[in-house]
Amino acid sequence: MNGRSSESLAEFAARHGLTQSAARPSPRKYVRSLWQRRTFIWNFASAKTASTYTSSRLGQLWQVLTPLLNAAVYYLIFGVLIGTNRGIDNYTAFLITGVFVFTFTQRSLTAGAKSIGNNLSLIRALHFPRASLPFAHVLMELQQLLISMAVLLVIVLATGEPITVHWLLMVPVLLLQLLFNVGISLAIARAGAFVRDIQQLLPFITRSWLYFSGVFFLIPQMGQKFADKGYAWVGPILEANPGAVYIELMRTSLMKSFREDLAPYDVDYTRLWLYAVVWALIAFLGGFWYFYRAEERYGRG
Amino acid sequence: MAKASLKEKARVSGSASQQPEVVLDPAREPIVVVDGLHIVYRVYSGGGGKGTAASALLRIVRRQNRPQMTEVHAVKGVSFVAYRGDAIGVIGTNGSGKSTLLKAIAGLLPPARGAVYTQGQPSLLGVNAALMRDLSGSRNIILGCLAMGLTQEETRAKYESIVKFADLKKGFIDYPMSTYSSGMGARLRFAIAAARTHDVMLIDEALATGDAKFKKRSKDKIDELRRDAGAVFLVAHNLDVIEETCNRVIWLDDGRMKMDGDPKEVLRAYTEATGK
Repeated sequence: MNGRSSESLAEFAARHGLTQSAARPSPRKYVRSLWQRRTFIWNFASAKTASTYTSSRLGQLWQVLTPLLNAAVYYLIFGVLIGTNRGIDNYTAFLITGVFVFTFTQRSLTAGAKSIGNNLSLIRALHFPRASLPFAHVLMELQQLLISMAVLLVIVLATGEPITVHWLLMVPVLLLQLLFNVGISLAIARAGAFVRDIQQLLPFITRSWLYFSGVFFLIPQMGQKFADKGYAWVGPILEANPGAVYIELMRTSLMKSFREDLAPYDVDYTRLWLYAVVWALIAFLGGFWYFYRAEERYGRG
Repeated sequence: MAKASLKEKARVSGSASQQPEVVLDPAREPIVVVDGLHIVYRVYSGGGGKGTAASALLRIVRRQNRPQMTEVHAVKGVSFVAYRGDAIGVIGTNGSGKSTLLKAIAGLLPPARGAVYTQGQPSLLGVNAALMRDLSGSRNIILGCLAMGLTQEETRAKYESIVKFADLKKGFIDYPMSTYSSGMGARLRFAIAAARTHDVMLIDEALATGDAKFKKRSKDKIDELRRDAGAVFLVAHNLDVIEETCNRVIWLDDGRMKMDGDPKEVLRAYTEATGK
């Protein structure tokens, strides 16, 4: 007797209501299962952070020391040695805000690219929505950023900026940036999972992005400089760059002197906020969709 | 004869000459259907090559793979049907694809060709990968339970019984797992893994380690989990364990199915072939 000739295995399985075990769930089901895993994502992120610092003597104190040391280096070079201000009243706070905010995006991107490759054994051992991994890695970076922000607020105050209502805007800026970072980490996580070379290329890309994002210079001023030379299109591009948008908004919310620096340039704040929202939504929805489309293929190497 | 086929290059070959014909049993309820399954995974063998940003860019532009990347064709066209109540032993020499087959059934390794159809969600019994050696045992229990998909409440409810089952020396639960002896680590890992019941349970042999007393307890625990599961797959080198617990045995050789049937029959043929 040959059972196969009468009915194929696939038909036999379908008749009994069996489903493919490696199939991708529907988007709605996927989002729901991701939400169910929220405690795992949070625990995984904190556990990873804790385990990173167990071998160092100062432990998690490094989370505070690292941004402090970074700020000290930048202050020494730009504030004391070079002493530039380029039309910026409080250059130290200007620079350190830019560096901290951009570092969040940069580190999310780097962590996202490795999030699948570094957790292959986990992917090959357990079931969970794979998007948990990029989410967890961005959360780790968020925990680090919140500590950096506390350091930043102290620096901003120490350099003579007053506390104003504008400080409250810090919260929506961070939320939008978080959304944006999750989105680009999801996208880079898929790319990095299948083309590992991205990890080699990434430092080069983020470094270039850093230089374009107005961490070291005043964007409207730079735009005007190019406009004077006949390249009027450069300014709007620099302004729309998502890397720059979140930095600019953070500076305007924290630094009264920066709002005064911008006064002569006729900056459209509504447009800046619009950029922030649109970038966050595009990155998050696009990144999530892009990552989800390859859900069943992660783990193959 | 088995040696010669081991040397064969890893590639997708259509021939499944060794695959015994699958006979369907309409009277029983199928739980797992494996249909012409091929599993291929890529391995980065490391070393060599320039890792500069420029050379990486060039490779991406040219759409080349890394030169040191190799493909391993671990499962080559396996088909079978597992029914409700089956306890299936999977045997074969090292590297014959047993663990890979289990992972594919669990849906953790995507098939290169063919498909696996299951009722419910099959799960591997094991959480090693989710645990972090630098962290305390208690933190790892929480992490492991959450990773297996338990909710926070379920995790809290199971916590005490896991600690009790692992039976560590006093105080060790708060020490990092890296300070545990290998036996203690294995006990805790097993205790966490066994905290959940599964529809289709896949057990890799390495689990039941430890001293004789713990072996007995873990065997009882596995039996208990088996009663709740729809079907059980057990990978083991210890043929006595298979003969004791399984009603059916699948023999894999170099990624192909050599035999599928009654434990006594298959085990006898296997023992003869491997010359044990």
